Amino acid sequence: MGKVVYEKSAGLTDSPMSYCPGCLHGTIHKLVAESLVELGVLDRSVLVASVGCSVVAYQFYNCDAVQAAHGRAPAVATGIKRVSPESIVFTYQGDGDLAAIGTSEIIHAAHRGENITVIFVNNAIYGMTGGQMAPTTLITQKTSTSPKGRVENQAGLPMKVSEMMAQIPSSYYIERVSAHNVPNILKTKKAITKAFRNQIDGKGFSMVEILSTCPIGWHVTPVEATKFVESAMVPYFPLGVYKDEGEVRS
Amino acid sequence: MANLLTFDTARCKGCQLCVSVCPKNILELDMSRVNSKGYNPIMCRDMSACIACAMCARICPDSVIKVEKDVLGEG
Repeated sequence: MGKVVYEKSAGLTDSPMSYCPGCLHGTIHKLVAESLVELGVLDRSVLVASVGCSVVAYQFYNCDAVQAAHGRAPAVATGIKRVSPESIVFTYQGDGDLAAIGTSEIIHAAHRGENITVIFVNNAIYGMTGGQMAPTTLITQKTSTSPKGRVENQAGLPMKVSEMMAQIPSSYYIERVSAHNVPNILKTKKAITKAFRNQIDGKGFSMVEILSTCPIGWHVTPVEATKFVESAMVPYFPLGVYKDEGEVRS
Repeated sequence: MANLLTFDTARCKGCQLCVSVCPKNILELDMSRVNSKGYNPIMCRDMSACIACAMCARICPDSVIKVEKDVLGEG
Protein backbone atom coordinates (compact mmCIF):
# COMPACT_ATOMS: atom_id res chain seq x y z
CA MET A 1 0.00 0.00 0.00
CA GLY A 2 1.13 3.50 -0.73
CA LYS A 3 1.88 6.06 1.90
CA VAL A 4 -0.58 8.95 1.87
CA VAL A 5 1.40 12.18 1.60
CA TYR A 6 -1.59 14.51 1.48
CA GLU A 7 -5.37 14.20 1.53
CA LYS A 8 -8.43 16.21 2.50
CA SER A 9 -8.35 17.04 6.20
CA ALA A 10 -10.67 15.18 8.58
CA GLY A 11 -11.40 18.60 10.06
CA LEU A 12 -13.38 19.56 6.97
CA THR A 13 -16.81 18.31 5.95
CA ASP A 14 -17.50 16.88 2.50
CA SER A 15 -19.45 20.00 1.61
CA PRO A 16 -17.91 21.65 -1.48
CA MET A 17 -16.42 25.09 -0.82
CA SER A 18 -18.77 27.86 -1.95
CA TYR A 19 -15.93 30.19 -2.89
CA CYS A 20 -14.99 31.39 -6.37
CA PRO A 21 -12.35 29.43 -8.31
CA GLY A 22 -8.85 30.01 -6.93
CA CYS A 23 -10.01 31.87 -3.81
CA LEU A 24 -7.51 31.16 -1.03
CA HIS A 25 -10.25 31.03 1.63
CA GLY A 26 -10.40 27.31 0.84
CA THR A 27 -6.65 26.88 1.31
CA ILE A 28 -6.75 28.75 4.63
CA HIS A 29 -9.76 26.69 5.79
CA LYS A 30 -7.67 23.58 5.16
CA LEU A 31 -4.78 24.92 7.25
CA VAL A 32 -7.06 25.75 10.18
CA ALA A 33 -8.74 22.32 9.99
CA GLU A 34 -5.39 20.51 9.76
CA SER A 35 -4.06 22.42 12.79
CA LEU A 36 -7.12 21.58 14.90
CA VAL A 37 -6.84 17.89 13.97
CA GLU A 38 -3.10 17.74 14.64
CA LEU A 39 -3.50 19.44 18.03
CA GLY A 40 -6.26 16.94 18.88
CA VAL A 41 -8.80 19.63 19.78
CA LEU A 42 -11.21 19.44 16.84
CA ASP A 43 -13.99 17.86 18.92
CA ARG A 44 -13.94 20.72 21.43
CA SER A 45 -13.42 23.55 18.96
CA VAL A 46 -15.98 26.27 18.28
CA LEU A 47 -15.80 28.39 15.16
CA VAL A 48 -17.29 31.88 15.23
CA ALA A 49 -17.95 32.72 11.59
CA SER A 50 -18.12 36.33 10.48
CA VAL A 51 -19.95 38.16 7.71
CA GLY A 52 -18.45 38.17 4.24
CA CYS A 53 -17.68 35.35 1.84
CA SER A 54 -16.78 33.18 4.86
CA VAL A 55 -20.25 33.69 6.37
CA VAL A 56 -21.03 30.04 5.58
CA ALA A 57 -17.74 28.71 6.98
CA TYR A 58 -19.77 26.68 9.50
CA GLN A 59 -20.68 24.33 6.65
CA PHE A 60 -17.06 23.45 6.04
CA TYR A 61 -15.66 22.65 9.49
CA ASN A 62 -16.27 19.42 11.36
CA CYS A 63 -16.71 21.29 14.65
CA ASP A 64 -19.31 23.40 16.43
CA ALA A 65 -19.93 26.83 15.00
CA VAL A 66 -21.81 30.06 15.55
CA GLN A 67 -22.41 32.73 12.94
CA ALA A 68 -21.95 36.20 14.43
CA ALA A 69 -23.36 39.56 13.35
CA HIS A 70 -21.13 41.68 11.12
CA GLY A 71 -17.87 42.47 12.93
CA ARG A 72 -19.01 41.05 16.27
CA ALA A 73 -17.26 37.68 16.11
CA PRO A 74 -14.67 38.57 18.82
CA ALA A 75 -17.49 39.59 21.18
CA VAL A 76 -19.40 36.35 20.54
CA ALA A 77 -16.16 34.37 20.94
CA THR A 78 -15.55 36.15 24.26
CA GLY A 79 -18.91 34.98 25.56
CA ILE A 80 -18.43 31.38 24.44
CA LYS A 81 -14.90 31.15 25.86
CA ARG A 82 -15.97 32.61 29.22
CA VAL A 83 -18.88 30.23 29.77
CA SER A 84 -17.06 27.25 28.27
CA PRO A 85 -13.34 27.70 29.01
CA GLU A 86 -12.55 24.15 27.88
CA SER A 87 -13.67 24.96 24.34
CA ILE A 88 -11.11 26.07 21.78
CA VAL A 89 -12.78 29.17 20.38
CA PHE A 90 -11.66 30.87 17.19
CA THR A 91 -13.01 33.56 14.91
CA TYR A 92 -12.54 33.55 11.16
CA GLN A 93 -12.87 37.08 9.83
CA GLY A 94 -12.10 38.99 6.65
CA ASP A 95 -10.81 42.54 6.37
CA GLY A 96 -14.25 44.02 5.72
CA ASP A 97 -15.48 42.38 8.92
CA LEU A 98 -12.50 42.77 11.25
CA ALA A 99 -10.88 45.98 9.97
CA ALA A 100 -14.02 47.99 9.19
CA ILE A 101 -17.26 47.37 11.07
CA GLY A 102 -15.58 45.13 13.66
CA THR A 103 -12.56 47.30 14.53
CA SER A 104 -13.98 48.16 17.93
CA GLU A 105 -14.73 44.54 18.85
CA ILE A 106 -11.31 43.21 17.89
CA ILE A 107 -9.45 46.00 19.70
CA HIS A 108 -11.40 45.57 22.92
CA ALA A 109 -11.18 41.76 22.83
CA ALA A 110 -7.40 42.13 22.60
CA HIS A 111 -7.37 44.76 25.35
CA ARG A 112 -9.24 42.38 27.61
CA GLY A 113 -6.68 39.72 26.74
CA GLU A 114 -9.39 37.22 25.87
CA ASN A 115 -7.97 33.71 25.48
CA ILE A 116 -9.23 33.26 21.91
CA THR A 117 -7.63 32.74 18.49
CA VAL A 118 -8.40 35.10 15.63
CA ILE A 119 -7.84 34.08 12.01
CA PHE A 120 -7.84 37.33 10.03
CA VAL A 121 -7.95 36.98 6.24
CA ASN A 122 -6.81 40.16 4.48
CA ASN A 123 -7.48 40.30 0.74
CA ALA A 124 -7.69 44.10 0.49
CA ILE A 125 -11.28 44.20 -0.76
CA TYR A 126 -14.91 43.50 0.13
CA GLY A 127 -15.36 40.26 -1.81
CA MET A 128 -18.94 39.13 -1.18
CA THR A 129 -20.70 42.46 -1.64
CA GLY A 130 -19.19 43.17 -5.04
CA GLY A 131 -15.56 44.23 -4.72
CA GLN A 132 -15.85 47.54 -2.87
CA MET A 133 -12.88 49.37 -1.32
CA ALA A 134 -11.94 48.09 2.14
CA PRO A 135 -9.80 49.77 4.83
CA THR A 136 -6.95 47.52 3.64
CA THR A 137 -7.27 48.33 -0.09
CA LEU A 138 -3.90 49.48 -1.42
CA ILE A 139 -3.20 52.95 -2.83
CA THR A 140 -3.98 52.99 -6.61
CA GLN A 141 -5.83 49.65 -6.31
CA LYS A 142 -9.02 49.70 -8.38
CA THR A 143 -12.28 48.54 -6.78
CA SER A 144 -15.94 49.10 -7.64
CA THR A 145 -16.02 52.13 -5.28
CA SER A 146 -12.58 53.41 -6.29
CA PRO A 147 -12.74 52.86 -10.07
CA LYS A 148 -9.68 55.04 -10.69
CA GLY A 149 -7.74 53.52 -7.81
CA ARG A 150 -7.62 54.37 -4.09
CA VAL A 151 -6.46 57.95 -3.52
CA GLU A 152 -4.60 58.76 -0.31
CA ASN A 153 -6.02 62.24 0.28
CA GLN A 154 -9.54 60.88 -0.08
CA ALA A 155 -9.49 57.50 1.62
CA GLY A 156 -6.29 57.63 3.67
CA LEU A 157 -3.65 54.94 3.77
CA PRO A 158 -4.50 51.23 4.05
CA MET A 159 -4.90 50.04 7.63
CA LYS A 160 -2.06 47.93 9.01
CA VAL A 161 -3.96 45.74 11.42
CA SER A 162 -1.16 43.53 12.78
CA GLU A 163 1.02 46.55 13.57
CA MET A 164 -1.91 48.13 15.41
CA MET A 165 -2.84 44.99 17.35
CA ALA A 166 0.78 44.47 18.42
CA GLN A 167 0.63 47.83 20.27
CA ILE A 168 -2.15 46.60 22.54
CA PRO A 169 -0.64 45.72 25.93
CA SER A 170 -2.77 42.59 26.50
CA SER A 171 -2.36 40.93 23.11
CA TYR A 172 -0.12 37.85 23.31
CA TYR A 173 0.79 36.74 19.81
CA ILE A 174 0.38 38.67 16.54
CA GLU A 175 1.85 37.45 13.26
CA ARG A 176 1.30 38.32 9.60
CA VAL A 177 1.73 35.54 7.05
CA SER A 178 0.61 34.95 3.48
CA ALA A 179 -1.05 32.06 1.64
CA HIS A 180 -0.04 32.96 -1.91
CA ASN A 181 2.51 30.17 -2.49
CA VAL A 182 3.48 26.84 -0.97
CA PRO A 183 6.45 27.97 1.20
CA ASN A 184 4.26 30.70 2.69
CA ILE A 185 1.36 28.27 3.13
CA LEU A 186 3.64 26.10 5.29
CA LYS A 187 4.60 29.16 7.36
CA THR A 188 0.94 30.10 7.64
CA LYS A 189 0.08 26.69 9.03
CA LYS A 190 2.88 26.99 11.59
CA ALA A 191 1.53 30.37 12.71
CA ILE A 192 -2.05 29.08 12.95
CA THR A 193 -0.93 26.07 14.98
CA LYS A 194 1.01 28.36 17.32
CA ALA A 195 -2.02 30.61 17.77
CA PHE A 196 -4.15 27.61 18.77
CA ARG A 197 -1.43 26.23 21.05
CA ASN A 198 -1.34 29.57 22.85
CA GLN A 199 -5.04 29.24 23.54
CA ILE A 200 -4.70 25.63 24.73
CA ASP A 201 -1.92 26.77 27.09
CA GLY A 202 -4.11 29.64 28.35
CA LYS A 203 -1.75 32.34 27.12
CA GLY A 204 -4.34 34.80 25.85
CA PHE A 205 -5.20 36.72 22.70
CA SER A 206 -3.57 35.43 19.50
CA MET A 207 -4.19 36.75 16.00
CA VAL A 208 -2.82 35.52 12.68
CA GLU A 209 -3.27 37.90 9.75
CA ILE A 210 -3.16 36.01 6.45
CA LEU A 211 -2.70 37.85 3.14
CA SER A 212 -5.07 36.31 0.62
CA THR A 213 -6.57 36.86 -2.81
CA CYS A 214 -9.85 37.83 -4.45
CA PRO A 215 -9.39 36.95 -8.14
CA ILE A 216 -12.97 37.91 -9.05
CA GLY A 217 -12.95 41.22 -7.13
CA TRP A 218 -9.50 42.11 -8.44
CA HIS A 219 -10.48 41.12 -12.02
CA VAL A 220 -7.45 38.86 -12.51
CA THR A 221 -6.87 35.12 -12.84
CA PRO A 222 -6.18 33.12 -9.65
CA VAL A 223 -2.50 32.73 -10.57
CA GLU A 224 -2.15 36.46 -11.37
CA ALA A 225 -3.79 37.19 -8.01
CA THR A 226 -1.10 35.26 -6.13
CA LYS A 227 1.52 37.33 -8.00
CA PHE A 228 -0.27 40.55 -6.94
CA VAL A 229 0.00 39.45 -3.30
CA GLU A 230 3.74 38.95 -3.76
CA SER A 231 4.45 42.15 -5.71
CA ALA A 232 2.01 44.64 -4.16
CA MET A 233 0.60 43.41 -0.84
CA VAL A 234 3.69 41.95 0.83
CA PRO A 235 5.75 45.18 0.35
CA TYR A 236 3.03 47.24 2.07
CA PHE A 237 2.00 44.58 4.60
CA PRO A 238 5.38 43.13 5.66
CA LEU A 239 5.25 39.51 6.83
CA GLY A 240 6.59 38.50 10.21
CA VAL A 241 5.96 38.15 13.92
CA TYR A 242 4.78 41.49 15.31
CA LYS A 243 4.41 40.35 18.87
CA ASP A 244 5.18 37.14 20.72
CA GLU A 245 5.11 37.49 24.49
CA GLY A 246 6.25 33.85 24.75
CA GLU A 247 9.51 34.72 23.02
CA VAL A 248 10.13 37.78 25.20
CA ARG A 249 9.72 35.95 28.48
CA SER A 250 11.53 32.72 27.67
CA MET B 1 6.40 1.42 -7.10
CA ALA B 2 5.19 4.78 -8.20
CA ASN B 3 3.51 7.86 -6.95
CA LEU B 4 -0.18 8.44 -7.41
CA LEU B 5 -2.34 11.54 -7.62
CA THR B 6 -6.08 11.01 -7.21
CA PHE B 7 -8.37 13.85 -8.28
CA ASP B 8 -11.83 14.41 -6.83
CA THR B 9 -12.75 16.08 -10.11
CA ALA B 10 -16.32 16.92 -9.07
CA ARG B 11 -14.86 19.47 -6.60
CA CYS B 12 -12.43 21.03 -9.10
CA LYS B 13 -13.10 24.61 -10.25
CA GLY B 14 -10.27 24.74 -12.78
CA CYS B 15 -8.42 27.58 -11.04
CA GLN B 16 -5.03 26.15 -12.06
CA LEU B 17 -3.22 27.18 -8.87
CA CYS B 18 -1.88 23.60 -8.78
CA VAL B 19 -0.60 23.96 -12.34
CA SER B 20 1.32 27.10 -11.31
CA VAL B 21 3.14 25.41 -8.42
CA CYS B 22 3.94 21.97 -9.90
CA PRO B 23 7.76 21.71 -10.19
CA LYS B 24 7.47 18.98 -12.83
CA ASN B 25 4.87 20.84 -14.91
CA ILE B 26 2.72 17.73 -15.40
CA LEU B 27 -0.72 19.12 -14.49
CA GLU B 28 -3.19 20.59 -16.96
CA LEU B 29 -6.92 21.07 -17.41
CA ASP B 30 -8.73 18.22 -19.15
CA MET B 31 -10.37 20.13 -21.98
CA SER B 32 -12.21 16.97 -23.14
CA ARG B 33 -14.34 16.85 -19.96
CA VAL B 34 -16.66 19.16 -18.04
CA ASN B 35 -17.62 18.42 -14.44
CA SER B 36 -21.02 18.94 -12.82
CA LYS B 37 -20.06 22.49 -11.83
CA GLY B 38 -19.29 23.30 -15.46
CA TYR B 39 -15.51 23.47 -15.19
CA ASN B 40 -12.80 21.60 -17.09
CA PRO B 41 -11.27 19.54 -14.27
CA ILE B 42 -7.58 19.03 -13.56
CA MET B 43 -5.64 15.97 -14.72
CA CYS B 44 -2.06 14.70 -14.70
CA ARG B 45 -0.50 14.18 -18.12
CA ASP B 46 2.49 12.12 -16.93
CA MET B 47 2.06 10.33 -13.62
CA SER B 48 5.47 8.65 -13.89
CA ALA B 49 7.13 12.09 -13.54
CA CYS B 50 5.34 12.88 -10.26
CA ILE B 51 7.67 13.21 -7.26
CA ALA B 52 4.80 13.33 -4.69
CA CYS B 53 5.94 16.70 -3.33
CA ALA B 54 2.24 17.53 -2.71
CA MET B 55 2.69 21.20 -3.60
CA CYS B 56 -0.40 20.96 -5.84
CA ALA B 57 -2.50 19.44 -3.07
CA ARG B 58 -1.35 21.98 -0.47
CA ILE B 59 -2.35 25.03 -2.50
CA CYS B 60 -5.62 23.54 -3.85
CA PRO B 61 -8.45 25.52 -2.20
CA ASP B 62 -10.98 22.75 -2.84
CA SER B 63 -9.17 19.66 -1.51
CA VAL B 64 -9.33 18.02 -4.93
CA ILE B 65 -5.99 16.22 -4.84
CA LYS B 66 -4.86 13.20 -2.82
CA VAL B 67 -1.16 12.36 -3.01
CA GLU B 68 0.25 8.87 -2.37
CA LYS B 69 3.84 7.73 -2.44
CA ASP B 70 5.24 4.32 -3.43
CA VAL B 71 1.97 2.77 -4.58
CA LEU B 72 2.36 -0.86 -5.68
CA GLY B 73 1.30 -1.88 -9.15
CA GLU B 74 1.13 1.61 -10.60
CA GLY B 75 3.28 3.30 -13.23
